[in-house]
Amino acid sequence: MRAYNLLLRLYPASFRNEYGEEMRLLFARRRRDVTGPGSVLLLYMQTIAEILGNAVLVHLDLLGQDLRYTARMLRRAPGFAITAVLIVALGIGATTAAFSVTDFVLLRPLPFPDPERLVKVWERSSGYGRMELSPANYRDWKKASTVFESIGTYHGLAANMLGAGEPLRVEGASVSFDLFPTLGVQPLIGRLFLDTDDREGAAGTTLLSYRLWQTRYGGDPAVIGRQVMLDNEAYTVLGVMPREFRFPTADAQLWTPLRFTEENYVDRNDNWMYVVGRLRPDASLERAQAEMDVIAAQSRQQYPKENANVGASVFRFSDEVSQQSRLLLLALCGAAACVLLIACANLANLLLARALGRRRELAVRTAMGAGRERMIRQLMTESLLLAGVGGALGVMVALIAVPLLNLLVPATLPIASTPSVDIRVLLFAIGLTVVTGIAFGLAPVLRVGGEADLGGLREGARSGGGQKERLRSALVVVEIVASVVLLVSAGLLMRALLTIQARDPGFRPEGVLTLQTPLPIPMYGKLATREGFYTRVLDDVRALPGVTNAGFISFLPLGKMRGGIWPVSFGGRQVNRSENQNAFLRYVTPGYFATLGIPIVRGRDIAESDARDRQAVAVVSESFLKRFWPNEDPAAVLGRHFTFALSERVVVGVAGDVLLRGLERQSEPQVYLSYKQVADDSIIGYIPRSLAVRTSTAPEMLAPSVRAIIQRIDPALPISDVTTLTEVVDRDTASRAAQLRVLGAFAAIAFVLAGIGIHGLLSFAVSQREQEIGVRMALGAQSSDILGMVMRRCLMLTVAGVVPGVALAYAAGRSMQALLAGVAPADALTLVAAVGLVVVMTVAGSVFPTLRALRVNPIIAIRAE
Amino acid sequence: MLPPATFHILLALAAEDLHGYAIIQEVAVRTGGELKLSAGTLYRSIQRMIEQGLIVETRDRPAPEDDDERRRYYRITAEGGAAAREEVRRLAQLVRMARAKGFAPGKA
Repeated sequence: MRAYNLLLRLYPASFRNEYGEEMRLLFARRRRDVTGPGSVLLLYMQTIAEILGNAVLVHLDLLGQDLRYTARMLRRAPGFAITAVLIVALGIGATTAAFSVTDFVLLRPLPFPDPERLVKVWERSSGYGRMELSPANYRDWKKASTVFESIGTYHGLAANMLGAGEPLRVEGASVSFDLFPTLGVQPLIGRLFLDTDDREGAAGTTLLSYRLWQTRYGGDPAVIGRQVMLDNEAYTVLGVMPREFRFPTADAQLWTPLRFTEENYVDRNDNWMYVVGRLRPDASLERAQAEMDVIAAQSRQQYPKENANVGASVFRFSDEVSQQSRLLLLALCGAAACVLLIACANLANLLLARALGRRRELAVRTAMGAGRERMIRQLMTESLLLAGVGGALGVMVALIAVPLLNLLVPATLPIASTPSVDIRVLLFAIGLTVVTGIAFGLAPVLRVGGEADLGGLREGARSGGGQKERLRSALVVVEIVASVVLLVSAGLLMRALLTIQARDPGFRPEGVLTLQTPLPIPMYGKLATREGFYTRVLDDVRALPGVTNAGFISFLPLGKMRGGIWPVSFGGRQVNRSENQNAFLRYVTPGYFATLGIPIVRGRDIAESDARDRQAVAVVSESFLKRFWPNEDPAAVLGRHFTFALSERVVVGVAGDVLLRGLERQSEPQVYLSYKQVADDSIIGYIPRSLAVRTSTAPEMLAPSVRAIIQRIDPALPISDVTTLTEVVDRDTASRAAQLRVLGAFAAIAFVLAGIGIHGLLSFAVSQREQEIGVRMALGAQSSDILGMVMRRCLMLTVAGVVPGVALAYAAGRSMQALLAGVAPADALTLVAAVGLVVVMTVAGSVFPTLRALRVNPIIAIRAE
Repeated sequence: MLPPATFHILLALAAEDLHGYAIIQEVAVRTGGELKLSAGTLYRSIQRMIEQGLIVETRDRPAPEDDDERRRYYRITAEGGAAAREEVRRLAQLVRMARAKGFAPGKA
C-alpha cells in the first residue's frame, strides 16, 4: 500500500487530494482479490503502467485548464498582458544583444591557443605609451630577452595584386617567419614561412587568406606553387591560412615574409614594427615587463642618442581593444543592465498591482474550495506564459539587434566571425525574468496563506497594506533612478558627438571627391614616371566640366593612414624622438591646398618650380609654428631653415591647421613638401597616392570620368576608396554616432518603461483610494485638494528618484570622461534636460490617474462602502 | 464525440447515483467484462466531466445500509443526459450508414 501511495504522488496534488482516498480504496480491493506472488507482481506492473499514463494526462488536463483560464484572464486585461509581454521582450532582447556583443569583443579569448600567454611589446617614450619598434631595437631586444618562448614581428602591408581578374588592392601583413608559430597557427593547406623564406634575397613567397583563396582562386588546392604579382614582383603561394585566421585585422588577405636587409636595421628611430611575444609557461606578465625594462635600459646606455628616454612596455594581447571601445562597450552593458533592471522592476510592479486587484477573486476561489497548490499552479502558469511569450519576442529583438550592435565592433581586432546571440546571456535574462515573474506573480497566493483568507471577501475590503505600497514605490523609484542615469549618459555622449562634429577640421570637405591610386613600387619608384602620371591625370581631371581644382597628397587627413611623424631639427643638430621634436610628413602636388580649401596664411603654396634641383622647400602648419617658434611673428618665419625628412628645408609658406589624425585629436605640427623634392626610391611609403578633386557639381557624379582618365593612363592600376571627403569626415565620427544611437535607444526604452511604471503605480493607488477620495469630496474637499494629493505623491516619487539618479549619473559620467571630448560630466544643460525629461515623464504618467481621481463620484464611491 | 470512458460512465449513472467502484463494476457488467476502467482513467474522466458539467458530486446519500462514509457519489446532470443522447444519435447514424453499405451483423 505504501508503494501505491508513492505512485499516487505522480498525480498533481489537487487531483490526489480529491480522489486519492477513493483510488486507494479501489486498489486495496483489487489487491485483496489477487493471491500468489505472480499475480501480485502482475497487478503492480499494470498499476504502474496505468498511473504513469494517466498522471501525464491529468497534468496535461490541468495545464490546458490553466492556460484557458489564463487566456481568459488576459483577454479581460489586454493592457496588462501586452505591457507585461513588451516589458519582458524589451528587457530580455536589449540585454541579451548588448551582452552578447560585449562578451564577444571584450571577454572572448583570442582565436589562438593559450591566448593568455600572448603579449604585445611596444616602445615607450615621452608622449607615446605604445609606439612601434624599430627593426634594430626589435632585433636587439629579441636577442636579449629570455621570458619569451618565441617572439615575432610584423607590419601592415598593402599591395596591388595582378593575376586572375581585375587588378586588386589587397591588405595584409609582412611578417617575420617566427610570427605565425608564436601565434600558434597552422595553415589550412601548404606550409608556413621558414627562416629561409625570410632572408635578404629570398624569392618572394606568400600565404593567402581563406577569403582571398575562395574569391580569387575558387578554393582550388592547386593554388599552391602558383605565382601572384604583388606590386609587380612575383610571389609564390606557399599555402592558405584557415578561415577564422584574420590577422592583424579582420581585412587581412595575405601575408609575406619581411625579408629585411641590413639597411633596414640602420635607422634606430624608424619605428614601424609590431611585436607579438608568447610568454614561457612559467613567465608572468610582470616578469616580462621587468625584464624588458632592464633590456630597454641597456639599450638606452648603448645608444644614448637614438634611444634616449625609450622604454619598453608589455601588454596582454587581449587588452588590445582600445580604451575607448572598451569604455563604450561597458557603457552599453551598463545601459543594458539598467534596462533589464527597469524591466524587472516594472514587471514586478505590474504583477503586484494585479495581485492586489485579484485578491478578491482568489479569496472567492479559496472559499469555493480551490486548494492553495492549485492556485499556485494557476498563477505559475500565468507568469510563465507571460515570461515565455515575452522571452520569445525578446529572442527576436536580440536577433535583430545583434547585427546592428555588431557595427560597433572595431574592425581592427583579429576576430574572425561576427558575434551571435549568446545563449548563456539569453538564458540568464529569461531566467531572471521568469524568477521575477514567479516571485511577484505568486505574491497574492502567498498572502492568502494556507488558510482561507476570507478578509478578501468582505465588501469594501481595501487591499495593499502599507508595506506592499512601500515596496511598489521603491520599485518605481529604482526605475526613475535608472532612467535618469541613462538619459544623462546618453545626453553627455550626444553633447560630445555634437562637439566633435562641430569641430573645424581645417579644410572644407563639401564638394570634394577622393580616391586612392596605389602606385606600385618599383615601377613608380622614379620621380620621372610619377611626374608623368600626376601631370597627365591632373591636367585631364582639371579639364573635366565642373572641376575647379585637383591635387595629390601622401595621405588625406582623417583617412586610413594617420601616422607618419619624422623628427625636426635645427642647425644640423641631431635630435632624438624623445624630445618630441616631430612633425607629420606629407608630400603634395601644387593645387592640393586649394582643392581641400586649406588656407595658406603666409607665403605661398608648393609650386611646380619646386623641383629636385632647386632649394628644398616646405609649407608648415600653424601648429608647427606654435611648437617650434612659439613667440615669433608668423611673417618672420618665412625663409627659416630646418632639417626634416633627410634634407634641409626652407619655409616658404604657412598653412592652416588640419585635424589629420581625427576630429577628437589636437592639430599636431605638419610639414608639406614638394612631391618633386625626394630622391628616387626613397621614402616610397609617402609618395602621393591620394587624389582629391574639388568640383562645383555633385562629387559622386564625377567618379566615373575620373576613373576612366586614370584607367586610360595606367590600365594596371587598381583604383580604390572612391568616396567623398564629406564621407571621410563623417566616417570619423560614425562609430561614435552608432554607439550613441544604441545608447539613445536604451535610454528611450528605459524612459518609456519607467513612464509605464509610474502610470501603473499611480493608477493603482488612485483606484485603491477611490472611496477615500469620495469621502473627502463628500466632506467638502475641492478638486484642487485631490489634485494636490495625487501630485504630491508623484512629486515625492520623482524627487526620491532624481536625487540619487543625478548623483549616480555624475559618477557614470566621471567614469566615461575619456569619451566625452571635454564635455563636463556635470554638464548643466544635459542634467537639466534629463531631469526635465524625467519630470515630464512622471507628469505624463500621472495624467490619467489624476483625471480619474478627479472624476470620482462621491455618491457612487461611498455607496459601494 | 465523447470518449468511450465518458460515455460508459454516463450510461452507468443514468439509472442511479453511484460511487467510483460501483461505476467500474457497472461498466464491466454492461460490456460483458470487455471494458475494465482503471482507477486513474475513471477519476481523470470524472474530474473532466465535473469540469464540463456532465456530472456532479452529490451530497445525498443512498440507503444507509449501502452507505460507506468515505465514498463519494456522482449524479448525471441535464447536460450529461443531453451529451449522452447526442452520442447515441451519432452512433445510431453511424450504424445506419454502415448498414447501408452492407455491413449488417450476422450477414457478411
